[in-house]
Amino acid sequence: MRDRVIMHIDMNAFYASVAQHLDPSLRGKAVAVAGDPKKRNGIILAKSREAKAAGVKTAEAIWQARQKCPGLIVVPPDYAAYKRYSKLARMIYYDYTDRVEPFGLDESWIDMTGSLPLFGGNAMLVAREISERVKSELGLTVSVGVSWNKVFAKLGSDNDPGDGVIAITRDNYRDLAWPMAASEMIYVGPATMRKLHSAGYETIGDLAHAGDYFLTKRFGKIGPMLRTFARGEDSSPVKVMDPTKADVDYVVKGIGNGLTTPHDLECESDVKALVWLLSESVAQRLRESRLRCRTISVGARWARDLTGYSRQTTVRVPTCLTRDIANFAMGLLRANQPFDKDHALRAIHVRVTNLVPMDVPVQCDLFGGAAEVVRMERLDLAIDALRVRFGNTCVKRAVELTDDVMSGLDIKRDNTVHPIGFLR
Amino acid sequence: MAVVQGISGRVKRYVSVTARMDEDGHVRPLSIQWYDGKTYPIDEVKSVRRASSRKVGGDGICYTVRIGGNVTYLYYEDPRWFVEEIVPDAPPA
Repeated sequence: MRDRVIMHIDMNAFYASVAQHLDPSLRGKAVAVAGDPKKRNGIILAKSREAKAAGVKTAEAIWQARQKCPGLIVVPPDYAAYKRYSKLARMIYYDYTDRVEPFGLDESWIDMTGSLPLFGGNAMLVAREISERVKSELGLTVSVGVSWNKVFAKLGSDNDPGDGVIAITRDNYRDLAWPMAASEMIYVGPATMRKLHSAGYETIGDLAHAGDYFLTKRFGKIGPMLRTFARGEDSSPVKVMDPTKADVDYVVKGIGNGLTTPHDLECESDVKALVWLLSESVAQRLRESRLRCRTISVGARWARDLTGYSRQTTVRVPTCLTRDIANFAMGLLRANQPFDKDHALRAIHVRVTNLVPMDVPVQCDLFGGAAEVVRMERLDLAIDALRVRFGNTCVKRAVELTDDVMSGLDIKRDNTVHPIGFLR
Repeated sequence: MAVVQGISGRVKRYVSVTARMDEDGHVRPLSIQWYDGKTYPIDEVKSVRRASSRKVGGDGICYTVRIGGNVTYLYYEDPRWFVEEIVPDAPPA
């Protein structure tokens, strides 16, 4: 069978490039896109090539970045613009093939296997043409990796310094891909790398030659999968998506919201306000998707050292009630920590998984409560309808009003759907 | 905001444009109203393409237009029009 032709197109320093593109006076300077320090999410989200050269890293605090790079220009993020450029870039890819799989805002896989002959048959030339078009039409640079599988295509584009095309072929992958550190490969994160390192595996080549026993013992079923990736035997298809729809049109597996708070949460009422606020958004999104959930999980991050924990519970009867989700989430937190100054929290997230469609009949509890649930569901749906018409903050819970700063937040409106995993 | 400081002696100048929209949806800019009140009729649209402006930032549908003897670019950056205005004495950046 003919090899597939897959490209992975990665927009270089996407957020920072968009900022530089919209304001040419920033071009050639060290620029970082960062959150708002006043809301305490002031970390570096993206940096320009110049800032990267000065040692600025993603996810560090603004003050840390300023120490390394005194002249750093910090600009706020503009998600509307990112979404727009992401879509425009994708529209260019759709000129070449209908098989485009977005991976976050700035990355896409495209499968040119079937359409390459229409464009002359030379993958490298097509890749350069796409790169040129993105540059001239959108003013942004991209890295393109060309290979016969998705993993190596991504490996190629990740290792391009910017604005280039790298091909990993069957002839050169042993020389190009195998000497790279295993952590360069998708799905090898710090934890996996630590395990590999402890067993003396350092490069992608090492991983490709690892034995069945070791891989299965240390990593379970992921192990052989990683080796498949390292050998270039990954056969996962580029998933076709409707170009007119956004990246969010997948089967929903979970719904969650989280927030880093403007101030630490030191008492139960603070925590409760945030948990209800998050649960409200989660439950509302759940009901909008006409789903109920069976598993509720909650995560918390300590203010003292920024580490945290997460806990989950499964409920007997699937629910979509804000009240239930919030109560279970609060219960999980209460069972795991006292609410005081020593255990002050900085961030909380609430997530629901194990989703079942609302149309699936629910087994009623023999000892009643079902009528009450139906009544509450109707109430929540009525409030949802009000919120659709008059905005998400038109009806509020009393618990949320204990905190002025937080009650002004509109978590649902500000919700952004982030990239989905590679394995779906 | 009508202008954005660009590079190489240019600023991004948003302008009023009179355009004709054909029944097939094609847009043909007819004239540009400059901020000093003058109206410049567009004599010819030489080409239309999607492009970004490297000089002043932004991107959109770029019309290469001829006004009298001069050829310049007019961008439609949904929903506004802009040109790359030449500033005679650009202050050193």
